[in-house]
Amino acid sequence: MVAVTLWGALRDQADGQEVVEVEASNFKELLDALEASHPGLKPQIERGVSVAIDGRVYRNSWFTEIRPDSEVVLMPYMKGG
Amino acid sequence: MNFPAKTKRDFKVVGTRVARPDGVDKVTGRALYGADFSVPGMLVGRILRSPHAHARIRNIDASRAEALAGVKAVVTAADFGVPEDAALRDIQDNCMAREKALYHGHAVAAVAAKDAETAKAALKLIEVDYEVLPHVTDVDAAMAADAPVVQEGRADETVPEGSGPNVTMYTEFGHGDLEAGFAKADLVLERSFKTEATHQGYIEPHACLATLTGGRGELWCTTQGQYLVRELCAGILGMEASQLRVTASEIGGGFGGKTTVFIEPVALALSRKSGRPVKIVMTRSEIFCATGPTISSSMDVKIGITRDGRITAGEATLRYQGGAFPCETVSMGAQAAFAAYDLEAVRTYGWNALTNRPKEAAYRAPGAPVSIYAVESVVDELCQEFGLDPLEIRLRNAARDGTKASYGPTFDQIGLVATLEAAKAHPHYTAPLGENQGRGLSCGFWFNFGGNTCVSLNLNNDGTVGITEGNPDIGGSRASISMMAAEELGIPYDKVRTVITDTNSLGHNDVTDGSRVTFAVGLATIEAARAAIKVMCARVAKIWGIDEEAVVWEDGHAKPSGPNAGDFDPMSIEEIAAIASETGGPIAGHHEVNAEGAGVSFGVHLADVEVDPETGATKVVRYTVFQDAGKAVHPDYVEGQMQGGSVQGIGWALNEEYIYDEDGRLQNAGFLDYRIPVASDLPMIEPVILEIPNPGHPYGVRGVGETSIVPPLAALSNAVSRAAGIRLHELPMSPPKILKAMMSKG
Amino acid sequence: MKNIHVSTTVNGDELEFVCAPGETLLDSLRDRLGLKGAKEGCGTGDCGACTVEMNGEIVCSCLVLGAEAEGADLRTVEGMATGDKLHALQRIFIDEAALQCGICTPGILVAAQTLLERNPDPSESEIRYWLAGNLCRCTGYDKIVRAVQSAAAEMRGA
Repeated sequence: MVAVTLWGALRDQADGQEVVEVEASNFKELLDALEASHPGLKPQIERGVSVAIDGRVYRNSWFTEIRPDSEVVLMPYMKGG
Repeated sequence: MNFPAKTKRDFKVVGTRVARPDGVDKVTGRALYGADFSVPGMLVGRILRSPHAHARIRNIDASRAEALAGVKAVVTAADFGVPEDAALRDIQDNCMAREKALYHGHAVAAVAAKDAETAKAALKLIEVDYEVLPHVTDVDAAMAADAPVVQEGRADETVPEGSGPNVTMYTEFGHGDLEAGFAKADLVLERSFKTEATHQGYIEPHACLATLTGGRGELWCTTQGQYLVRELCAGILGMEASQLRVTASEIGGGFGGKTTVFIEPVALALSRKSGRPVKIVMTRSEIFCATGPTISSSMDVKIGITRDGRITAGEATLRYQGGAFPCETVSMGAQAAFAAYDLEAVRTYGWNALTNRPKEAAYRAPGAPVSIYAVESVVDELCQEFGLDPLEIRLRNAARDGTKASYGPTFDQIGLVATLEAAKAHPHYTAPLGENQGRGLSCGFWFNFGGNTCVSLNLNNDGTVGITEGNPDIGGSRASISMMAAEELGIPYDKVRTVITDTNSLGHNDVTDGSRVTFAVGLATIEAARAAIKVMCARVAKIWGIDEEAVVWEDGHAKPSGPNAGDFDPMSIEEIAAIASETGGPIAGHHEVNAEGAGVSFGVHLADVEVDPETGATKVVRYTVFQDAGKAVHPDYVEGQMQGGSVQGIGWALNEEYIYDEDGRLQNAGFLDYRIPVASDLPMIEPVILEIPNPGHPYGVRGVGETSIVPPLAALSNAVSRAAGIRLHELPMSPPKILKAMMSKG
Repeated sequence: MKNIHVSTTVNGDELEFVCAPGETLLDSLRDRLGLKGAKEGCGTGDCGACTVEMNGEIVCSCLVLGAEAEGADLRTVEGMATGDKLHALQRIFIDEAALQCGICTPGILVAAQTLLERNPDPSESEIRYWLAGNLCRCTGYDKIVRAVQSAAAEMRGA
């Protein structure tokens, strides 16, 4: 299982939890598992999310590996200027 | 052969200050920008814009315009479909109003005519029946429950019930126990701030030349991303991507403002209707009214500190408006606000509200400059309260490797402390100040991105190299890309030529944004060079009759890997190229990647200002920028990013602002009244580059383009506070505001 | 109204063109003579991207009518280089990275050329005030001012 930290505004969509645990070994599995276990997160996931894995921000690479002990933080999808 | 990850290596080309390949064209006037291209039979397109901040469009009668001799087409929203995708629909609606004009300057119709005079005359003949509606331009007013409603039903699921009708999103970041944190503080300060919208202010107007006949399109335009332009235009016009080829012209500045479309779909629609090529060039007033600007904000910041300078908790509420369409920039502001600090308890809350203003476009580190301005101002004021050294306090509380960032993840290999130490050691920090002068300091932060990138590298028959890439060169990137290819291949820089190609000639490339080009295109270029080296080594292995693994590449030559590989004279890239035909055909390398791992960037700025007690005018007298570049590929252009971003931030802090009258009309839509810094306003901007390698890039490169606009806002506000003894909590700090504050202080 | 016939000298060449009575010199240069080096950044004389020299004075060509070029002696960025040899300002602007996007560069080069012909040894402050009418949004002006100083030194033979 991977522990995923949600940002504050998402917690209302995930029964108030700050950290949710899902079964995932990469970015894509993580998104699918989050949508399945917490359907309230679906609109934000569809708008776009990034994920920070062990401190590095990934914007959308599905097959980025996530290890069980990885620090995983969900972030909004971001753009620069 | 293998390519070990080397971030510490002796570079031969990277790190030198070579001449950029497009330099001669740009100093002789030959370089072709958006407005510089014409074709036979071309029409001139012009756009009719709403004089009202908010109005329902009851009817548009274009019959008199269409009847005018020389007018070849008129288009309105009726000439476009309604895209299903909300983001695309917003972009289209921003290009051409549907049902309502949502801000002063919103496009409502467009004309293509034989010349500019006729097109202008035709615009006057279009009759638009407006029902003027109540409007709102201020972010706080827009948040209110009884505010005029800009658009119905745009709130997403994050907006709590009971919020005002213009609120579109809410977000929240942070960790720890705020109450406990504030309880530990010896002093807690709460301050409220307001900042006005600013424009990217690129000197080159938006311009395009579009041909769309028989279902096939050709578009020449100034843009930060030709692939995005193709995607948006094809979506809006209902075309397949293969049928629209977009070529990016040389670009005369963008800073984020050319990462979307404004006139391109309109020109294509006019061309489709008229059957002729159509050129549109925006006027400066159109640019101010209907493109760009960044967000304006209203913010509350609360920070607690102990007497000896430990920050115990930080909290910020950000309210941004990004114009008449939903805008998520506040979420980046909320993540960045406290990024420079290692905090046990931190929380940021972000709200976005719709207003009757133009749709926000990205501007260098979008969202971060204002939230960090507010935080860095309060930290400075706390230092003043306790007589603490502001640099020591930053060092004491700085985020470092292993810090849990205020936006969630744990930082890994960041350069903030090194940057602060460099500022502390610099003579600027302890230099004496004159009368009416003060020194300010601020940290800055930006995330940096990588993204989708394709690079193709071709070996010419004479051993020189051509590179094809897809990211418009906005500040010298062709030089950096050529340098990285030359470095990897072990050949001189002038043997490599890099060109930026159209959308048909390479796969998708993300926009030139997010400080991504030197990082991501550089990474793809190095990998493309490695692919070509593999081919060259394999060819030479065959010639020598040895294993591919026994051939290594060094200094532009294939060599036997050691005495056991055999005794062969090295073969140069020229020799290998000359016989490519005989050894298997042309030699090339290419690489396609969605580059991740860009690595965040911190900067620290020191600013000395002098405030004139008679006029309230602020003059920047000394300015030093400290920033981590990972590895500066071309130090001149890294410095250029640091200097240019700083000066944009200085303009934001001191003079630049959108001014609306009570009817919601923009009052300063020109460079005379929207005053960007000029040469005589400024001192030299001293850049200090730090190089803390980014482990995510083969040469350690970090993006440098955006961070530099972040610190000037607070650095100047903090400097003014120390120079004039007054602290403003709003931007810009224009002379009348400073004078008023100085006079009321007495 | 009928178009106007104009005889003028541009970068030493005697040229003729016709222009509309209300047409700017900038449009005449760009659209009638094909000299696209001068750029329109604002059309109101505030940005200096259209700077050319007219009878020894630098002007914003967006504020001059094409018809006013009758009998005038014009110099534009296209005339700065001699054959293949760049003017010292042009060469040093490249060598010292005094341009990023390059859109303001033609106007700044023309203005700087006129400055150095009048004042071979300008102070930093004189350079900054002379170029105050030429907006650059990319560089922060630092490298531009330094490049003008370097070119001045080289041209003085210092």
